Amino acid sequence: MPAVKKHRIVDSITRESIISNLANSTRLDERGLLDYRNLEIETNILKDKTNGSARVKLGESEVWAGIKVETANPFPDTPAEGVMTCNAEMLPICSQYIEPGPPDENTIELSRVSDRGIRESGMIDIKELCIKEGERVYSVYIDVAVINEDGNLFDAVSYAATTALLMADMNKFTIENDEVKMLDEKQPLPIKSVPVSTTFAKIEDKIIIDPNADEQEMATARVTLVTDENGKYVSGQKGKPGGFTFDELKEISVISKEKGDEIRVKIREAVKNGS
Amino acid sequence: MSKNNIERISGRAPDELRNVSIKAGVIKNADGSALIEFGKNKIMAAVFGPKEVHPKHMMISDRAIIKCRYHMMPFSTDTRKRPNISRREIEISKVIREALQPAIIMEDYPRTAIEIYIEVLQSDGGSRCAAINAASTALADAGINMRDLVTACAAGKVDGQVVLDVDDTEDKTGEADMPIALLPNTGLITLFQLDGNLSKEEFDKALELAKTGCDKLYKLQRDALSEKYFDGKNGNKEE
Repeated sequence: MPAVKKHRIVDSITRESIISNLANSTRLDERGLLDYRNLEIETNILKDKTNGSARVKLGESEVWAGIKVETANPFPDTPAEGVMTCNAEMLPICSQYIEPGPPDENTIELSRVSDRGIRESGMIDIKELCIKEGERVYSVYIDVAVINEDGNLFDAVSYAATTALLMADMNKFTIENDEVKMLDEKQPLPIKSVPVSTTFAKIEDKIIIDPNADEQEMATARVTLVTDENGKYVSGQKGKPGGFTFDELKEISVISKEKGDEIRVKIREAVKNGS
Repeated sequence: MSKNNIERISGRAPDELRNVSIKAGVIKNADGSALIEFGKNKIMAAVFGPKEVHPKHMMISDRAIIKCRYHMMPFSTDTRKRPNISRREIEISKVIREALQPAIIMEDYPRTAIEIYIEVLQSDGGSRCAAINAASTALADAGINMRDLVTACAAGKVDGQVVLDVDDTEDKTGEADMPIALLPNTGLITLFQLDGNLSKEEFDKALELAKTGCDKLYKLQRDALSEKYFDGKNGNKEE
């Protein structure tokens, strides 16, 4: 339960210029308040060992995602459902403030929020991940490595995980004489929707989207909202010790949908170019 | 609000809370404490501090640090929970700390630690909200300088209907759960989580509904404190 850890320090010159820029509705990197940084999505970067993979660069934040699809015994209470887990790791190479060792609470939050976005949107139909009820199901492992940290990892991790899932394939199985047999054939994952995460931060009274590391450190509050393609809100998480007003949250929910649609187009494009 | 309502499993109206009782000052050794019973939830919160910071390097020269631990007892759930702190508990400890922190005037206690311990003895849905209500009452009971109480309540969607205060059974069959925490006098939302599936209208409606729940809990928190300190004879019962 550490309350304070070694963390990034924003020097006062940067702090002052971020605030004075925000007063004029601009940012240090010349973005508008509601502009994303440049988003690069590349697929199939780890072709040989993974079932699907993607690299996402959001400004200087860079993450790699790899999917492994294996088979496992189902959980006793859900005998006909597959298993899915999403995990994010902050590697010690990604920032001078990250050290090797068990994940701290920020990394755990990052992992769990990205997991919830995918799980709650019903992106993967876990019912179709059943091979033989009560005996064998697919288990989909999504692991995301943070390679370079420059803020807004919630979105970067989510885009990488989503894209990698869209690219992923898995083995086909058949049941012969009551035995599960693997076929020499692949099929895509049962994808039902594409969730898109959007993250906002509050500095003074300004709401900005896609905060970089300095902005994120300065922000008093942060909120991530995940929408699906039907415009439904599937997951959300507020972070940092500050708050939003009701009106701010409602405004954020509108922008989240618009920006989510724009980014969904980019993800689909990357998948189309990659496959 | 009671038009075209579908009956809830618990028989509650859509805008009805479960039974809630809050009692302040239940643990003698703590500087402040509270017990909340929120439906089937039974949660104790204790506050220690302001006290010396351990380890020392975590000390901040111009304000207090807040430590918060949310913990569930192995017997608090349907199947025994392993006693180790889980990833879920670490995340909840973090969001609860961040929900309470804006209310605490940390600058009044430089170089100290304020420790908040939350023990879930019996769990039901919405334990993080119940825990925040208890912890904020315990902070006030400890006499920590605060800008406001922090009050929390969830809204969700069950059988296509937006309802207040989703319990465990509803959470399992329901379509969405959205806990929020609020500083009622400043209108600041300090905890916001969502999972499920909500349209824009449902999202706004759930926010509003959760706010009405928070307002009710605010009164219960104040009653619990006036019960302990003024024998229940505080001006806030006049309505």
